[in-house]
Amino acid sequence: MTAIARSYQPPAAEADMLPRPFRVVARQQELADCVSLELAPVEGAPLGFVPGQFTMLYVHGVGEIPISISGDPSVSERLVHTIRDVGAVTGALCRLQEGARVGVRGPYGSAWPLERAFGRHLFVVAGGLGLAPLRPLVHWALANRHRLKSVALVYGTRSPDNLLFLEQLRAWAASEGLELGITVDRATADWQGRVGLVTDLLPGMLHDPAETVAMLCGPEPMMRFAAQALGSAGVPQADIHLSMERNMKCGLGWCGHCQLGPFLICRDGPVLPYAELHRLLTVWEL
Amino acid sequence: MPAQGLDDLIGLLSSRGYEVWGARERDDALGLMPIETAAELPRGRVEAAEAGRVRLVEGPRDAVFDHTLPMHGLKRLVHPAEEKLYATGPDLVARDEAVAANPVAVLGVRPCDLAALETLTQVFEGGPYSDTRYRQRRDALFLVAVNCMRPAATCFCASMHTGPRAEAGFDLSLDELLDGDRHVFLVTAGSARGREILAELPGEAACAADLDAAEAGSRACAAAQQRRMVEGVEGLLKRNLEHPHWSEVAERCLSCANCTMVCPTCFCNTLEDRSSLDGAEAERWRRWDSCFTLDFSYLHGGAVRRETASRYRQWMTHKLSHWHDQFGMSGCVGCGRCIGWCPVGIDITAEAAAIAASEQGQTRSGDET
Repeated sequence: MTAIARSYQPPAAEADMLPRPFRVVARQQELADCVSLELAPVEGAPLGFVPGQFTMLYVHGVGEIPISISGDPSVSERLVHTIRDVGAVTGALCRLQEGARVGVRGPYGSAWPLERAFGRHLFVVAGGLGLAPLRPLVHWALANRHRLKSVALVYGTRSPDNLLFLEQLRAWAASEGLELGITVDRATADWQGRVGLVTDLLPGMLHDPAETVAMLCGPEPMMRFAAQALGSAGVPQADIHLSMERNMKCGLGWCGHCQLGPFLICRDGPVLPYAELHRLLTVWEL
Repeated sequence: MPAQGLDDLIGLLSSRGYEVWGARERDDALGLMPIETAAELPRGRVEAAEAGRVRLVEGPRDAVFDHTLPMHGLKRLVHPAEEKLYATGPDLVARDEAVAANPVAVLGVRPCDLAALETLTQVFEGGPYSDTRYRQRRDALFLVAVNCMRPAATCFCASMHTGPRAEAGFDLSLDELLDGDRHVFLVTAGSARGREILAELPGEAACAADLDAAEAGSRACAAAQQRRMVEGVEGLLKRNLEHPHWSEVAERCLSCANCTMVCPTCFCNTLEDRSSLDGAEAERWRRWDSCFTLDFSYLHGGAVRRETASRYRQWMTHKLSHWHDQFGMSGCVGCGRCIGWCPVGIDITAEAAAIAASEQGQTRSGDET
């Protein structure tokens, strides 16, 4: 593994395959098929994390899956995950009500390389639910706004009714200095905003590409095209970071499921530099 | 040690609480199973292995260890095919399942399988997290290695630099010397536990001629290997992630996962729930999985590796290339089990050679133009 991928590896969590019981303390229906769960440990200290990390969430008798942490990293007593109902375990998670128990392991994986953005422009690109693991980063960036030249978020979804955290994003844009660009693939009748791809917004929102650090999460084709466009615009490949997704069973590097070529996504990722990914992303069914 | 000393060795290990395992004949092949006496070992038998075929047949001489490999490596002793991790009720207070790691002494471990064990240790302990369940089982093993004097046709350890002679990683190692009526074992200790046993074994100190004969036997075994892995295979496969040969292999490959089951280093596993009928109790189990199944790479919306070609490529490039990035070593030890136990006879050395040959062909045609 190369030095750059290792350089921002956070400290290792306990290597335990046993989950810790947590309780749902708040539940927010974000979209028709998407729920945010706020979790607190039944006993003991809350879980600290750094933006970009994920946990393994276990629903009794159903199964365990990796879910990225979507809350504010400075409020560690509230562990937030935003989940879309796409399968048995995510469906069970989305149906949990306040007071229900969830097993939690982690946090696992690499973090967004926050320190690389100091003194430079931070450029965040999100597609669909990919905004969830980026939200802790935006929380951090706005709390450290004085250390960054600018903070921009380009966010694209399929349609306006798939836009997550919209009120919060607009509030941040209005009063916290977030430069916000939103676009959708398909408009609805009442949509007044842009229609198109996230890459359409890049030229107008990039200030100084050579002095920009970009962080991306979304469907793989979207990240591929966005990273290519950022690279073409002059953002150094080593300063473009992607959060990758693969099937994961253990989160510890022992099950082999999350391989992407040389990487074990749970151990080396999920956040990896585009400089090391770009060759792999164009290989068919890797 | 005289040949009859094998029973003394088994006795000494049993008296120290080890269950002794060795290669035993079953269904015309060899399995790694508990044994009680040396008579149960496949004396005089050898493996007639070819791509897609493994049979045990009469060998040319009366040696105990001329056979090569049982179908199982040491994998199932340290990483069982399935194991319960914990049980929990709806309160999610998990009750850890203790590891039942009974002491096992394996008699006749081949150098390639010792290398495979080192590989598994690196997987389960070399990264940021250490699997304590693996460690408990690994610590319960006593390993009696046997240096190979005769290769099977599927062996290619010499080109993977894992054999046919074990330099380390064993408690005791044996060289079987059979010359006319003289049938003895050269015994070498590789650990403090091994030295204790060695001190109690019958026999006398080895002479220089026996040491030379053992070394010569290993050299001859290496020279007699019919298969070899192409040089520089790690880089070769990385350069050829997109190559027509993957589809060519896929026309033969059944995605049956046999190769991953017999491979002594294939560690991939999945975790699953087993619930009581009323749903009150759930158990979490870990069991072997294979990158050849469609479900292995499932993400919401479908599998990443839908084609057999991409699954075969995943297996082979992981083993020979990306294992180096992930674990700092090769994932292939050259035991050749995947060649013999493949129902259609796909040969990892031949597939690598075919890709290498196509590269050379390209270079040549490039030179001509």
